[in-house]
Amino acid sequence: MGNEKIQIIAKGLNNVTTEEGLMLASEMVTGEVDMVKVEIQDREEFPVFITMDEDQILCITYLWKENEVNTDKRIELLEAMLTMNVPMPLSSFGKVGNQYLTFGAMGINSSIEEILNEVIVLSDNTLNAVEAFQDFLK
Amino acid sequence: MSIWNKLFTAVRGSATEAGEAIVDNQAIRILDQEMRDARKSLNEAKGNLTTVIAEKMGIERKVSELKSQLKEHEGYTAQALDKGDEGLALEIAGKIAGFSNDLEAQEKLLEGYIANISQLKQTIAGTDRNIKAMEREISMVKTTEAVQKANVTATAKFSGTDSAMGRATESLERIKAKQQKRSDQTKATMEFQKESNGGDLQAKLKAAGIVSGDESAKSVLERIKAGKSTGN
Repeated sequence: MGNEKIQIIAKGLNNVTTEEGLMLASEMVTGEVDMVKVEIQDREEFPVFITMDEDQILCITYLWKENEVNTDKRIELLEAMLTMNVPMPLSSFGKVGNQYLTFGAMGINSSIEEILNEVIVLSDNTLNAVEAFQDFLK
Repeated sequence: MSIWNKLFTAVRGSATEAGEAIVDNQAIRILDQEMRDARKSLNEAKGNLTTVIAEKMGIERKVSELKSQLKEHEGYTAQALDKGDEGLALEIAGKIAGFSNDLEAQEKLLEGYIANISQLKQTIAGTDRNIKAMEREISMVKTTEAVQKANVTATAKFSGTDSAMGRATESLERIKAKQQKRSDQTKATMEFQKESNGGDLQAKLKAAGIVSGDESAKSVLERIKAGKSTGN
């Protein structure tokens, strides 16, 4: 059941142009985890990955790894990210092991339009974050 | 240790020096098992809840019966008294006392069931939340691992260095450059549009490298033929 929905998402987000003129290309990536890889024109280096479990749809973009962080400024960076979590719309900052990321979680029954919106906002947030926090990186 | 604590222990990953590991795989395996156990508990609890609710309904019926019997017999007592039959009235009053005591006990039992059900529902909701939390973490970890594995094998496609993934700040610079180029091209196209008539717009765009202008009748036909043979 979950497998069908994720394929619907892959199709629904492929060859899509948003109102603001952003073009999306999406494809299924099968493996240990079934996921959709969404590439936004010009932003291909920050793809959005979409996965599903029983209760939620997760959208994830990877930021930087621990080894890209300036160790002298690490605490400042972490504080800044926690602080910016509050106003940042829809997405949150997170960390898995040594990998920093932004992610958004949505209900299983979210529509393609809602998922599309989440993806675009996540992508905007990602670029803003990298720009805002680049002084904390090496 | 509460489930939340176990989750927290699992997510505090041990990343190696080389930054290859995402989180401690052992911790994730434990978390996975915890989640399976929690799901099992949840289903059992839901089953219990159904049983307990059924029992509660049984007690509610009994309470209702007792209340109506009480009322009925109070009526009989009044009738007996009207007839002046004190003896009978007393006998019925004895029965009423019995019902009354039973009712008190059943109502107390019902209170207990209601509290129990409330507790069960809260536990179920709490377990459900814990399961969702573990699920989310496991999803995030597995996805991140899968993506990092893929990136490692794809090597430094964008950065040309030894780093497994392009650096975030460099990626941003490249993105800005692309966006700037696109914006410049659009601007240039619009300016050409303004200052030329239809004919030399195409020539100017071609000269500026914005369009290729390579289409000829031959290339069009070739393209369509190729499309047909691949069954598109």
